Amino acid sequence: MSHAETTRIGRGQEPASRRLHVDWTACDGRGLCAELLPELLTEDDWGFPVARGDMTVPPALEPAARQAVDRCPALALRLVSERPAPASS
Amino acid sequence: MTSVAEAPPGSSVESRLLADPAGTRLDVHLTQHGRLPAADLTQVIGMARDAGLTGRGGAGFPLWRKLAAVAATNRPAVVIANGAEGEPASGKDKALLAYAPNLVLDGLQLVAAGARSAVLYVPASAHPALARLLDQRRSAGLDRVPVRLVAAPDAFVAGEESAVASAVAGQGAVPADKLVRITDAGTLVQNVETLAHLAMIARYGPGWFRAAGTYDEPGTFLATVSGAVASPGVVEAGYGVALGDLIAAAGGATAPLAAVLVGGYHGAWVPADPRLPVSRAALTPYGGSPGAGVIMALPVGACGLVETARIAGYLAEQSAGQCGPCVNGLPRLASTLSDLAARRARPGLPAEVERLARLVTGRGACRHPDGTARLIHSAMRAFHADATAHLAGQCLAERSHR
Repeated sequence: MSHAETTRIGRGQEPASRRLHVDWTACDGRGLCAELLPELLTEDDWGFPVARGDMTVPPALEPAARQAVDRCPALALRLVSERPAPASS
Repeated sequence: MTSVAEAPPGSSVESRLLADPAGTRLDVHLTQHGRLPAADLTQVIGMARDAGLTGRGGAGFPLWRKLAAVAATNRPAVVIANGAEGEPASGKDKALLAYAPNLVLDGLQLVAAGARSAVLYVPASAHPALARLLDQRRSAGLDRVPVRLVAAPDAFVAGEESAVASAVAGQGAVPADKLVRITDAGTLVQNVETLAHLAMIARYGPGWFRAAGTYDEPGTFLATVSGAVASPGVVEAGYGVALGDLIAAAGGATAPLAAVLVGGYHGAWVPADPRLPVSRAALTPYGGSPGAGVIMALPVGACGLVETARIAGYLAEQSAGQCGPCVNGLPRLASTLSDLAARRARPGLPAEVERLARLVTGRGACRHPDGTARLIHSAMRAFHADATAHLAGQCLAERSHR
């Protein structure tokens, strides 16, 4: 096995970096996500979720993150593996 | 404009798009510039890249990257020339569409090579004149891809990329969630000025384009200069032009200046230093950028906090009303800043303004909260002494009247 292949396989075994995405046009601030994921989210003055960090989900919190995504009544929360597109006008 | 003629070497007030404008006279346009050379999309992407042409709508994103992203979807694109210009302090797109609409339409044809449809998204008031021009261009065989006019509502966020795509699709002109990029959906939204520059590059070449501006930020841009100047209006200059040259080209300041707002209502307050280059590189330390070319001069007799609070109130009203942090945060931010501006002092007021500005940042479908926060952060830096005076019940601007 070549070094390059080892590196590739090694990378493949690492869990993909995942991130929470909020569709703000859908979120209505019910607050379930902040209750289910207090390690990552808190609430702002109006009950809308605020990231404690940069919304990256550590592997250990992925099950909890999936649960938060599934239980969002507005379907506003997603777990994604890519960076968001830069907004431009 | 004697001041421009006498400007020292290195200053770069220079008319290209607005030199001898043909208006809606197609014959004059063709005499001046000739017909558009034929180019396929690969060639257009190449010339945009070689020229270093960036979007003139505010974000400054390289045109060729957007074109390449749309081309990579391998399906006929929808291309949209964006002339919405909801920014109250900007008038350059309106001026361009009045003085050189054929350059915009030429540029639209260049990016529309192989496209499914082409759209000109402009305020309804501009439609009659442009509809007549489009008829003439079709009869003359200039527009291979037919152009449809779509009305842009008079709202601040109506020109935001996803709002434009939504409006053209027949829905409301409000921003959408960005999980799927607009370009990946096969839609190209490009500011009208960017397209006009592209039409010039196709004729005169990337090297000609790069003769104006700086190495990193080539070409000219249209600036809308307003506030305490003798002749407010639209001025064209290369990036890196000295702030003082732009103000001189607008007739010069009518009073000593306290600060200048660059980039528009989502922009930043910078010192009224006539030598300050108007370029992304020089404005970044102030949290600003040339944006869509808005330059607003604030005289020493006007209070920067009062002016910023006025703008913040307007921006709060212009929320599309979709995203909680924007709907709730912007009015709170504006009213908190208004308290500071009106000297309704209470402990921790400036810190609360900064906290709210940080709180809304990055938390919307579009960058309306981010832009509003950027303006306010810059005001708290530029008018720090004013804020201190206001907390003590004083105002530096009022003192300057005496």
